[in-house]
Amino acid sequence: MKAFLILEDGTVFEGIQIGARKEIISEIVFNTSMAGYLEVLTDPSYAGQAVCMTYPLIGNYGVCKEDMESRKLWPDGFIVRELSRIPSNFRCDTTIQELLKSYDVPGIAGIDTRALTKILREKGTMNGMITTNEAYNLDEIIPKLKQYTTGKVVDIVTCEHKYELKGSKSLEDNGPISGSARYTGEKEKKPSLVRELKGVGRKVALLDLGAKDNIAKSLAARGCDVTVYPAGTKAEEIFAAKPDGIMLSNGPGDPKECASIIEEIRKLYEGDIPIFAICLGHQLMALATGADTFKMKYGHRGGNHPVKDLATGRVYISSQNHGYVVNTDKLDEKVAVPAFINVNDGTNEGLSYTGKNIFTVQFHPEACPGPQDSGDLFDRFITMMEETNNA
Amino acid sequence: MPKNPDVKKVLVIGSGPIVIGQAAEFDYAGTQACRSLKEEGVEVILVNSNPATIMTDKDIADKVYIEPLTAKVLEQLIEKEKPDSVLPTLGGQAGLNLGMELEESGFLAKHHVKLLGTTAATIKKAEDRQEFKDTMEKIGEPCAASLVVENVEDGVAFTNSIGYPVVLRPAYTLGGSGGGIAHNQAELEEILENGLRLSRVGQVLVERCIAGWKEIEYEVMRDGVGNCITVCNMENIDPVGVHTGDSIVVAPSQTLGDKEYQMLRSSALNIINELQITGGCNVQFALHPTSFEYCVIEVNPRVSRSSALASKATGYPIAKVAAKIALGYTLDEIKNAITGKTYASFEPTLDYCVIKLPRLPFDKFITAKRTLTTQMKATGEVMSICHNFEGALMKAIRSLEQHVDCLLSYDFSELSLEELEARLKIVDDQRIYVIAEALRKGMDYDTIHEITQIDIWFIDKLAVLVEMENALKKGPLTVELLKEAKRIEFPDNVIARLTGMEEEAVKKMRYENGIVAVYKMVDTCAAEFEASTPYYYSVYGGENEAVETKPEKKVLVLGSGPIRIGQGIEFDYCSVHATWAFAKEGYETIIINNNPETVSTDFDIADKLYFEPLTPEDVESIVNLEKPDGVVVQFGGQTAIKLTESLMKMGVPILGTSAENVDAAEDRELFDKILEECHIPRPSGGTVFTADEAKKVANELGYPVLVRPSYVLGGQGMQIAISDEEVEEFMEIINRIAQDHPILVDKYLVGKEIEVDAVCDGEDILIPGIMEHIERAGVHSGDSISVYPARSISQKVKETIAEYTRRLARALHVIGLINIQFIVCGEEVYVIEVNPRSSRTVPYISKVTGIPIVPLATKVIIGNTIRELGYEPGLQKEADYVAIKMPVFSFEKIRGAEISLGPEMKSTGECLGIAKTFNEALYKAFIGAGIDLPKHKQLIITVKDADKGEAIEIGRRFEKLGYKIYATRSTANALKEAGVNARKVNKIQQESPTVMDLILGHKIDLVIDTPTQGRDKSRDGFLIRRTAIETGVNCLTSLDTANALLTSLENTDVQNLTLIDIATI
Repeated sequence: MKAFLILEDGTVFEGIQIGARKEIISEIVFNTSMAGYLEVLTDPSYAGQAVCMTYPLIGNYGVCKEDMESRKLWPDGFIVRELSRIPSNFRCDTTIQELLKSYDVPGIAGIDTRALTKILREKGTMNGMITTNEAYNLDEIIPKLKQYTTGKVVDIVTCEHKYELKGSKSLEDNGPISGSARYTGEKEKKPSLVRELKGVGRKVALLDLGAKDNIAKSLAARGCDVTVYPAGTKAEEIFAAKPDGIMLSNGPGDPKECASIIEEIRKLYEGDIPIFAICLGHQLMALATGADTFKMKYGHRGGNHPVKDLATGRVYISSQNHGYVVNTDKLDEKVAVPAFINVNDGTNEGLSYTGKNIFTVQFHPEACPGPQDSGDLFDRFITMMEETNNA
Repeated sequence: MPKNPDVKKVLVIGSGPIVIGQAAEFDYAGTQACRSLKEEGVEVILVNSNPATIMTDKDIADKVYIEPLTAKVLEQLIEKEKPDSVLPTLGGQAGLNLGMELEESGFLAKHHVKLLGTTAATIKKAEDRQEFKDTMEKIGEPCAASLVVENVEDGVAFTNSIGYPVVLRPAYTLGGSGGGIAHNQAELEEILENGLRLSRVGQVLVERCIAGWKEIEYEVMRDGVGNCITVCNMENIDPVGVHTGDSIVVAPSQTLGDKEYQMLRSSALNIINELQITGGCNVQFALHPTSFEYCVIEVNPRVSRSSALASKATGYPIAKVAAKIALGYTLDEIKNAITGKTYASFEPTLDYCVIKLPRLPFDKFITAKRTLTTQMKATGEVMSICHNFEGALMKAIRSLEQHVDCLLSYDFSELSLEELEARLKIVDDQRIYVIAEALRKGMDYDTIHEITQIDIWFIDKLAVLVEMENALKKGPLTVELLKEAKRIEFPDNVIARLTGMEEEAVKKMRYENGIVAVYKMVDTCAAEFEASTPYYYSVYGGENEAVETKPEKKVLVLGSGPIRIGQGIEFDYCSVHATWAFAKEGYETIIINNNPETVSTDFDIADKLYFEPLTPEDVESIVNLEKPDGVVVQFGGQTAIKLTESLMKMGVPILGTSAENVDAAEDRELFDKILEECHIPRPSGGTVFTADEAKKVANELGYPVLVRPSYVLGGQGMQIAISDEEVEEFMEIINRIAQDHPILVDKYLVGKEIEVDAVCDGEDILIPGIMEHIERAGVHSGDSISVYPARSISQKVKETIAEYTRRLARALHVIGLINIQFIVCGEEVYVIEVNPRSSRTVPYISKVTGIPIVPLATKVIIGNTIRELGYEPGLQKEADYVAIKMPVFSFEKIRGAEISLGPEMKSTGECLGIAKTFNEALYKAFIGAGIDLPKHKQLIITVKDADKGEAIEIGRRFEKLGYKIYATRSTANALKEAGVNARKVNKIQQESPTVMDLILGHKIDLVIDTPTQGRDKSRDGFLIRRTAIETGVNCLTSLDTANALLTSLENTDVQNLTLIDIATI
């Protein structure tokens, strides 16, 4: 069946319908990762967006459900050049086609995804519609597209109730995919990427703003006991649990839509508990402490962005997924100073809070998908917890 | 970190002659590195013995030494030039080994010379088997467990500790015989017992068997402060067991999920961090297909063939960045030249699929085994880019120029399902065609996978292609079907063949329905950033990104495709120089080529690069878009020449010599007429199609005769026949491939072979020099030792040659280059071959005469005369140097290949000896080719009866040099009768010790064996020659070569070499 992708600027791509058969309007973004489509589809940060994969061959290794980064698929739509007609992987449970259908996500295949990417690059992220209606009327559709906003998506993606994830007791517990840890083979013992269980006995409160599972798993793989809280949790409740550290997760949408959460984060900031924040959490902490964020032309979504640690000069390749960024021009250095920058465009990639045990990053040290190079940041967080406790 | 200010003068070591496993990719890497260093204001001293390279041009480095790559030469060079640093990691294994040797001997430290890039300690850690294993163990990276055992019990005990199956490799047996894979204890005991007996040292390596695992490679960069990135990863479609150089490779990996991808990526970074690599590095993994278990197979602590491929596949210039890193820059300080916006620390991401196919030499070595093993056999490779896998594979197949254009190109249709199952077990270059036939016959994916271990995802992709074949056969050809066929890159001619339509009709239907190729950009970033580098590939469907340009003048330069025997790196040299010359004259330049190893496919050589197959259809699509004002075909070897007719049909003016005249040189009748008109004699002969016709002509001429197809490369299929039987045999071989053109049968003349390259402006000619071959006529010119200036012909003969060249060039209306081969018998000069195009000898003769032949030819092509260019026409004054081009072979790599020299070319590369005197040049050439004698001062002579007389003289000279001579019975008798002390050894079938035992004993410096006629593999001579080659003993099959070697050995006074900076010539 034919499907159409209609953009706000009137561009129409004709392709083939995939996944659920329904019409959606969403913000169209592109991701440049060559593998990891399932992790992308299950990343709650994509709520309110339809994602286009720039790599043309998608679905080659099917769907390994244990690799899902959350309980369901979040993007409103999925845009690909070609879906593999068979999946091939020893862990494969199902196909992308079936997965899209079962989570009611529509999509379009067979379009020139590179041409779409170039439009988004040049004109900036825009809204679009995926439809199978051949009799579409642009005059009617375009005003509707222009009206669309992602809205308060954090409320939708966060967990309903708090839950716990117990820390690993030994490195052998870390399976093939948890916490960026490596598989421990039967014949040849291999240590996991996590070399030490540095966090045993540490309690971490993770505020779920749309968290990818691997954030909690990365902490648990290092031994930390993690309690995951819904986004609407009051700071008092978190303080009451007496965690050793607080993590603010990634999440979707415009950070400025999260006014009430920002208020609570301000309280967390005032507390003395070490905080590590990722992506949306990083932006919200900045907003909570007087900084500003702005929407980027087309954001960073992929697994190949170099970020530089300003303290050491070292460059890490990072996994990224964000459309907003902290404006460092308006940063009060008494509050926070840049800790990481993007080597390509110089945008902010992380902050270090002056006089506080707080550091935040725009990129994703939890990877999944993408490079595991900055996984050490979880260790840094654990060290920070240790030092605070011992102080 | 900014550039290290202490680095001012760098010695860059090249990789030497092209051999299998070390080819053009190092010219590409070295050239890029030298340019990158010069860009930084560093003075570059280059040393490489290979004259066919672009890196040995004086515009690439400041000082260029085309000298043998030995430690002694390098030491002398360092003393002379006093560089502050040496860069050894861009010259392949050869360069790396030399750098290590100099470091380990303490020479570098003594002369205060630094090793740039990766340190010696690191190189050792990566290269030394045990140290590498220990290092991997230390950081928890798994290697396949292995142990050398000397008895069965140890083998069994070890295997029990690591588990079955295991691979058994006996030490020091010929070609790995006696080895195998054991799946249980019974098999283990049997193979091990046998292997221990066969091994000359009684040792067998027992190794965990990882055959059948996925083979995955990562190309990694690391700078001096420890920043790392992976440039790309690649997946071999052929599982572990086939050398990656012979595998079908796809980039990026297709069957790995993010978990596997990142696991191996992290491992690769972990390894290069531990090894402290500074620069480029390649890590090869074996990944278990049904678990996360993996093994590190190998690490190359240097730029490699895979990095050339990765560079072209992603647009990330690995060698250039490696050179900058060597100077002290960090990755975040180096700009990405493609985007101009991002930095070298940005990992490339692809939005297309890349396939590499090996170019295997089995068309040259028809007796060789086609099986693919861990020993690389490919001489070159092609790469293709498309946004789907099927299309990339189809494009790669037709880029090979091996009479293949789709999965039907090798016919296995007569095999039954059972036979196909058996055939699938053979791992050779035809395996994908066999799989396709199995799919046609309905074999299921699982069965195919079980036998081949190839991932079913790839099998399914082959099935997509097979289904399309069937759909096209079934018809009707609807617009939709045509669109789909083109999407997966079925060429028009294949569609025509399958549908029964005319190719023109298919093309017409395409054009009428707007089904035309569009071009996408390789930009390192999947369109995330704007790129300014016009590096394109074609796809069907979607938006065209190729920017239309309308410069005043636009020229299309056709590349020469994959490196193969007979068409090597020399043609890339010519294409690149022509491109540069056109650019200098104000042309916009466009290159089309498909070889990832070459300089011509570097994105900053031409104004635009199209990475595409070189077939008429693919070229036409580009021509339709670019509408060039002209195209040059004379620099791209036979690949480009073959396209001449099609290009004329497309209406593109051929710049330089016209197509009719190219044809006239190849068309026997036309050519005979021209020779007659010019009063130039040629050996008499005739044209034939059948064996009967051939025998008739042969008998009229009298044996021996030369039999060869016209329009071929490197004398392919050319043979000297001495009897009717041989004519029949050779005709049968030639006619295995349908011949569009007649076969030539000529009288074989024994004489001196002379060669010239000349530039002709239509009126005048310029001959830079005359070259003479050391081997008598009958040995292919590419396999002969070539001497410039010619030394044994008279002035009168030289004048005759110049005159004949002038007459021929004018008669053929040559505008540009012409290459002519002559035979000189006494004072008589005969023409044997004319090629109105660039030749193998152009780079070498340009370098030793200092005459820039290709730029001159280019300027002539666009209308200048030789006089206008400041040259006096005619034969140029001889240079003050003697330059000797020595062929280099890769016989040890190709099991079963006949090594004896003949009219069919067999060498893969060449090196140069240049000196003031003939003897020194000859010595340098032999040293450069790796023939460094004496070692044990023992040799074996076994020659055919006709050569016995000459052999006596050779024996006498060796004896005088103190050599102990062994000979087989009749040769020994002949030598002894003449008073040469030769020890008789038994033939192979006779009792031990035989000639084979002698060779295997590693006490022999040299075997001189002139083959008796015929291609019979079972002959003793064949076995002796193969044994010598496979045990690393030099083997000469021409007495002329032996005489030259003797001359070199007798003149030891020349061994104190004078090093010559080519840039000053």
